[in-house]
Amino acid sequence: MSLIYAFAISAQMGAGVYLLLSRHVMRILFGVVLLSTAANLLIFVAGGLQFTAPPVIQQGAQMLGEGAANPLPQALILTAIVIGFALVAFAAALVLKAYYALGSVFTDEQNDAEALGSPFDKEAATNV
Amino acid sequence: MSVIFSTMSRLFFVLMLVASVYMLFRGHNEPGGGFIGGLFAALAFALLALADSVKAARRALMIHPSVLIGAGLFLAFLSGLPGLLSDGSFLTHWWAEIGSVHVGTATAFDIGVFMVVIGGVLSLVFRFYEGVEQ
Amino acid sequence: MSDTLLLWPVILPLAGAALAAAFHARPGVQRAVALATMTATFGASVLLINAVMAGDILTKAFGGWMPPFGIVFAADRFSAAMVVISSLLALCALVFSMGDLRKRQVKSGFYPLFMGLMIGVNGAFLTGDIFNLYVWFEVMLIATLGLITLDRTRVQIDGAIKYAVLNLFSTILFLMAIGLLYGATGTLNMADLAIVLPQAESSAALTLSAMMFLMAFGIKAGFFPMFFWLPASYHTASIIVSAVFAGLLTKVGVYALFRVFTLLFEVDDGTLKPLIALFAAGTMVFGVFGAAVQWDVRRILSFHIISQIGYIMLGLAIATPLAMAGAVFYIIHHIVVKANLFFIAGAIHRATGSFDLRKSGGLMKSSPMLAVLFAIPALSLAGIPPLSGFWAKLMVVDASFQGEAAWLAAVALFVGLLTIFSMSKIWIEAFWKEPVRRLRVRPVPAAMIAPIAVLGIITLAIGFNPEPLVAFSNLAAESMGDRTQFIGAFFDQAHTAGVTP
Repeated sequence: MSLIYAFAISAQMGAGVYLLLSRHVMRILFGVVLLSTAANLLIFVAGGLQFTAPPVIQQGAQMLGEGAANPLPQALILTAIVIGFALVAFAAALVLKAYYALGSVFTDEQNDAEALGSPFDKEAATNV
Repeated sequence: MSVIFSTMSRLFFVLMLVASVYMLFRGHNEPGGGFIGGLFAALAFALLALADSVKAARRALMIHPSVLIGAGLFLAFLSGLPGLLSDGSFLTHWWAEIGSVHVGTATAFDIGVFMVVIGGVLSLVFRFYEGVEQ
Repeated sequence: MSDTLLLWPVILPLAGAALAAAFHARPGVQRAVALATMTATFGASVLLINAVMAGDILTKAFGGWMPPFGIVFAADRFSAAMVVISSLLALCALVFSMGDLRKRQVKSGFYPLFMGLMIGVNGAFLTGDIFNLYVWFEVMLIATLGLITLDRTRVQIDGAIKYAVLNLFSTILFLMAIGLLYGATGTLNMADLAIVLPQAESSAALTLSAMMFLMAFGIKAGFFPMFFWLPASYHTASIIVSAVFAGLLTKVGVYALFRVFTLLFEVDDGTLKPLIALFAAGTMVFGVFGAAVQWDVRRILSFHIISQIGYIMLGLAIATPLAMAGAVFYIIHHIVVKANLFFIAGAIHRATGSFDLRKSGGLMKSSPMLAVLFAIPALSLAGIPPLSGFWAKLMVVDASFQGEAAWLAAVALFVGLLTIFSMSKIWIEAFWKEPVRRLRVRPVPAAMIAPIAVLGIITLAIGFNPEPLVAFSNLAAESMGDRTQFIGAFFDQAHTAGVTP
């Protein structure tokens, strides 16, 4: 069981890193998404894979019963998913903006920032 | 935009808003809550923006998404204060029984989350749609 | 009730950010809220450091959930000092912003985002839970992404993409490290981890986790092989934002690294120590070389952030108490000086209309006051006695000689020499030389000069009277190295309170 998960995580991470190394900004974004799912899955596996009862406190009881699953990894993953969702949405907005502002989705055509004050730039780039 | 889509979107808009409020209050003791409810409501407005225009959706929302985020965050902050006063612990919640309803400051927190999620999602979604509409 | 002091540096900016966002259409109200909030936050942080000065570690469990179950905030001397200095810097930045902020930037949400950043920064300094630290990092990341694209110009969007991708990658690494750590130990509370980890058998998961922490925080802090995002993005933001980023953000990464590698993992064991030493040396050297060829003031200063981070990492690489004390001193000195230099870059831009050194000049004659104010942090950064940078460098260099790492000391001194080169380049080009074209030098408003002067005075004060801060750094480093005290602060409370969740 763990082995299947291990392969799934490594496949996702491999694909994520591959996409991250691409020049296309959208692909980079997808790479980040894949990597973060891989991270979530990693937490899930690291928390221990078992067949157990759902972590619900029975009526009248004060604590989780014996044999209940550990709810913490799920809570961590949920937090990570929500945060990841916000960040990816923001990054997507950024990519869209970059496409409109810079007219390209390829990273090697986006070098406005590093041209500022560059010694190779005789004209001395200005902004603001 | 097709007639069916724009007509049905009005209907779904109302249904989704009702469902979102149901989800918000259901989250008290059962699966649901402010986050999911907020996503429902944000989807309703996003649907309206898609079927009609972002302008119409903004008008339907009435307040600016940023204001919604701020107000929701502030409500969540306020809901934490009573616990700070009584137990010296931020976000320890107060509970009360009004009739048969069990309410507490946690409900205010959830409503705050509800508003933050609507505001947050919509400020991004509107920006996306406006980018496409141009 | 002194333990509620821990909460205020986080919840005050939270309330401020919420209010400022709610008054979206009222810039005046937003500004008043921001100033009031940050003043209150600074006051709260001073009370906090006053409470931990005696050597106690304050802890506070959220919602009455006791450690190791609930989220716990903790403050020792080091974290309290970081909160004080960052709140002070935030206040200075707000005052500076009164002279420099444009209407459009307020409309893009400067005030809520700025306070959002402070929530994240203070939260990261105060948390005692490793997953909570991740959450604060993400809060910071969201706020910084908003701040860096405040003007939505081409360069900013270009810089922001690089910033976003590499920082997202770093937080994913951080998350994976946490996952592996949790899998190996079953806990996320830092004090609990400090109990469990020294007894744990070394395993592949733990080693991997330690390396991932090193990588993740290394990207945040701007370490040698991973620093490229920093000079590609920091200089694009508006100058207030750049100053706050330069002062605080990399330092949060450094702070997290110090926490994790004193409390959870040991730098001393195995291959980690030479690795960090190599990183530190590389960071110093490449940062300063990068700066040497640049002509944009902000870009020169961005590269210098990196080289200075190298000095701070030197402390961790040597890992003796003396070295750690030097690093603490260095961090505090560097936050003040670097933010100040960025503020001055803003003032230069205001006066001459350009950040490019080739286009400015003549400021020595037209505004001699600014020239003096520049000289203080610039010479301090280069490590000229009797300014604060000299004592900071003295402490780390001395520690590296005593820690039998003379080669690191040599690198540090060599880099100090090149720092003087960069600083004198700014001096000659912006202040000394005749203006290249007929420049109409504009006056710099008092709101911009005041924070520069305040930070300059702090630099001078540390420089002429370093003894209190040296003593404080020694104490802070001592309590940082003392695991049992940290653990005791967490679990004593749980036993006496006797609350069952």
